[in-house]
Amino acid sequence: MRLPTGGLIDRDRTIRFTFDGKAYAGHPGDTLASALLAHGVTLMGRSFKYHRPRGVWGLGSEEPNALVELRSGARREPNTRATVAELYDGLEARSQNRWPALGFDMMAVTQAFAPMLNAGFYYKTFMWPAAFWEKLYEPLIRRAAGLGRAPDAPDPDRYEEMHGFCDVLVIGSGPAGLAAALAAARTGARVIVTDEDARMGGRLLADRAEINGAPAHLWAGQALAELAAFPGVTLLPRTTVFGVFDHGTYAAVERVSDHLAAPPEGMPRQRAWHIRARRAVLAAGALERPIAFAGNDLPGIMAASALRGYVNRYAALPGRRAVVFTAGDDGWRTAADLRDAGAEVTVVDARPGAPALARGVRHVAGGRVARAHGRLALDEVELTTGQRIEADLLAVAGGWNPTVNLTSHHGSKPVWNEELSAFLPGAGIPGLTPAGAAAGRLTLAACLADGARAGLEAARQAGFQGQPLPLPSAEDEPAAIAPLFFVPGRASTSFVDFQNDVTADDIALAAREGFRSVEHAKRYTTLGMATDQGKTANVVGLAILAEQTGRTIPETGTTMFRPPYTPVSIGAIAGHHVGRGFRPTRRTPLHGWAARNGASFVEVGPWLRAEWYARPGEKGWRDSVDREALNVRANAGVCDVSTLGKIEVVGPGAAALLDLVYANDISTLKPGRIRYGVMLREDGFVMDDGTCARLAADRFFLTTTTANAGKVMQHLEFCHQVLLPHLDVAVLSVTDAWAQVSVAGPKSREVLRGVLDDAAPLALPHMSVAEVTVCGGTPARLYRLSFSGELAWEVGVPAECGEAFMERLMAAGAPHGLAPYGTEALGVLRIEKGHPAGGELKGQTTAADLGLGRMLSKRKDFIGRVLSQRPALVDPARPVLVGLRTRDARQVLRAGAHLLEPGAAPSTGNSLGHVTAACWSPHLGRMIGLALLSGGRDRHGTRIRVFDPVRDGDAEMEVCDPVFLDPEGSRTRA
Amino acid sequence: MLIPCPYCGERGADEFTVIGAADPMRPEPDAPMEAWVEYVHVRDNAFGPHRELWHHVHGCRQWLVVTRDTRTHAVHGAEAARR
Ligand SMILES: [Zn+2]
Repeated sequence: MRLPTGGLIDRDRTIRFTFDGKAYAGHPGDTLASALLAHGVTLMGRSFKYHRPRGVWGLGSEEPNALVELRSGARREPNTRATVAELYDGLEARSQNRWPALGFDMMAVTQAFAPMLNAGFYYKTFMWPAAFWEKLYEPLIRRAAGLGRAPDAPDPDRYEEMHGFCDVLVIGSGPAGLAAALAAARTGARVIVTDEDARMGGRLLADRAEINGAPAHLWAGQALAELAAFPGVTLLPRTTVFGVFDHGTYAAVERVSDHLAAPPEGMPRQRAWHIRARRAVLAAGALERPIAFAGNDLPGIMAASALRGYVNRYAALPGRRAVVFTAGDDGWRTAADLRDAGAEVTVVDARPGAPALARGVRHVAGGRVARAHGRLALDEVELTTGQRIEADLLAVAGGWNPTVNLTSHHGSKPVWNEELSAFLPGAGIPGLTPAGAAAGRLTLAACLADGARAGLEAARQAGFQGQPLPLPSAEDEPAAIAPLFFVPGRASTSFVDFQNDVTADDIALAAREGFRSVEHAKRYTTLGMATDQGKTANVVGLAILAEQTGRTIPETGTTMFRPPYTPVSIGAIAGHHVGRGFRPTRRTPLHGWAARNGASFVEVGPWLRAEWYARPGEKGWRDSVDREALNVRANAGVCDVSTLGKIEVVGPGAAALLDLVYANDISTLKPGRIRYGVMLREDGFVMDDGTCARLAADRFFLTTTTANAGKVMQHLEFCHQVLLPHLDVAVLSVTDAWAQVSVAGPKSREVLRGVLDDAAPLALPHMSVAEVTVCGGTPARLYRLSFSGELAWEVGVPAECGEAFMERLMAAGAPHGLAPYGTEALGVLRIEKGHPAGGELKGQTTAADLGLGRMLSKRKDFIGRVLSQRPALVDPARPVLVGLRTRDARQVLRAGAHLLEPGAAPSTGNSLGHVTAACWSPHLGRMIGLALLSGGRDRHGTRIRVFDPVRDGDAEMEVCDPVFLDPEGSRTRA
Repeated sequence: MLIPCPYCGERGADEFTVIGAADPMRPEPDAPMEAWVEYVHVRDNAFGPHRELWHHVHGCRQWLVVTRDTRTHAVHGAEAARR
């Protein structure tokens, strides 16, 4: 029920929502959990394995039990903790893992089979017979186990990434966090404060306490107002720091719109933060842990601190008769708050001699809860003495676990503290200081003092000056604790890990079966491996394992905490890197021209390249490609080659650098001439090929393949800076500076005559370069070289002149039949000429494999020279480049097919190589291809079996020279 | 991780690429095959301070020798690779 007064909710406004189709109402400030509890709804879900009824255990993100499905359609969101889901008007929530209904779950019969599903059941029960796994066990387990349903449509929301910089990051905004933030901010430091909650203040909102003689939440409000007024302070509510990375880098996720039905226009759903902080204060508080006893998972059984949080912050009291089962002083605070809210309270304090800390409640000194009774919710509590107490609420105060998780993200293990019966931060992470409850200071005045100290210290270490300021006045409440982790009894229903349904029995079984190491026991039982990562379960499980193996807790050890602290959606991590935003799209300077002239585009690395230019009446891409390729060989074609990597190497040391980088000689190249060049990696394989034009004695212009442009640039810088640092040379990427086209075909000279201001350079021989002007004074470079095997030039003009130049070129070429061609026709032309490209330059081929062995210089050192002569790289059985021709126009050849000796059995061992490229050759009227074939040079003229079982290809074809057209090269030199 | 580039200052590691050990020296041209195999393929698996080659590829494009502790990622310094 909702208490008539109190709570930090806005009672003036009502929010309507549904749970399992039933309508409810709540108020701004409510979570789904608090609103349901205010309606007396304690049953919220069914458990993972046994389908046991479950309700709320905690108050925040640690919640193991109350997992629900929110929203619907593409925004359907499974496994959301009801304790952190803020209410909004129209919220739809559904319980999970039940069929047909939450109150009557057929699958709950699995409880009868519980012995089959205990620790290690994955490894034991379903191991035999193996054939049963796929057909029987897996579908069965998948239906019965598991949690919510993932949405089945793409996420409609946007996510973004943000970088934050600060001097002091404060993680958590409870008493320690606020004190730390104030202390740091008052020195002038830039401060970022994060808190998971929508409302900052931490336990100051959940506990009845006083600061400066007034309710503590008022002090929190004043502190937040002061912080918000500093220009250098950023307050980030709804933000979880989920990971600590190197050198003060913190990853956080901000739930910008999760509390709304849909993100507002222009706003992301969530925002991933990369925060770089000089120092950080971890004020993440502490989490109360359960005590394992029979039936301790029934709805109505909650962490004592959570229950008083629902009463104080939300004015929600989900029962009338409460038992508080406590191992320390802290449970008494819940007892007092419940009493004042009107509940009838019995405190069962496990410590025999401990005094009563609240009046007006019944007190069972030295008592222990043995078992909780009830079907869908608690109705009776049974003590070890046999005494039974009628109750609909059971608050469990098992002691506090400081939230040390982030301090372990670099591998530092937490350390057991005997006095607090809890793990405290170990060596931790440089620059990250735990403070307050996270550091084991579990009382209010201690938290305020420790936070203020840590905040000032952090600011000073970040280079700011400041003096300690007077602390707000507060008291240290009683906080003694006597360790109690479990009450022996029916261990098979004494739950340790609620979310993964791991019981005290499971841990005992694991110990009996020899899983003494905590890491082994964890994996065997799945303790702490659910989405809550054992925030409430781990220490209790460890204590049981310690007892079972006759060791202390520190001897037993602890498992590691790793990022993320709470689950993070994939969307937040992907940010805007989805769809076309996955990586940048590069367009050439001629992209617009190509698009206007009918091009369709293909992705080549980051680039979009024109693949062909369809014309009216063409029935498919093959028509366009055949026409384009035939036109190059009959008239002239123009192809955008701007994507090729372009690098200038300038300076007195340029030739010496290129002699090291290229396997063939470059220093002997004369100014004004071009050489085809091949680069090896130091391990002897080919890295890339391209052309090298010597513009002047100390100036070279290199081209690389589109794919390797970045890699070659980096390699050149490496060779210069690391290997030849004494050379006076500069290496410059100029890829984006030039729009470059290839003009190829027997009529290309006539075409170019129409755009060159002076046609004389067209008389220069093959492999020459000239600086020219075009179209009346535009500077350009003219490279006579050919990839297609035809008479051809490449022309480079400044990128911004690209489109205008294309228009002029096309006009000049029209009388000669000039037509653009795309990458597909380019591929046909190069296969017909046997030029190696992507499929052959795959990082596993040598220069000799590709027929380029004679290019390797004998007169100089170069990268890859020695290792290219390794025995394995000069093995005569290596597959080498050959051509393949089909026997008639109907035969199909595909890249990827394997090559076999005719008659040999198809097997990996018998494979002699594979097809690297294939196309329809319009000039030869059949499909042709290139292949890497063992002993290929001696097989020209023989037949080989081309075996492609995946695509039903199996035929014999003819091996030939890789150059299908004009082997003498007379057309190029025309 | 932050790399203190001597040209650009402290920059995020995502601006860099790293290729591993900085100390293997390219052999003299007449060195035996074994020396080259060692240079290209054989690396110590450092556990502790390690000199490695980083390239400020999205920055000044300088190759750097960064001394980094492989256990803690603590960076003890960075200097230009060109000596
Ligand atoms: Zn730099």
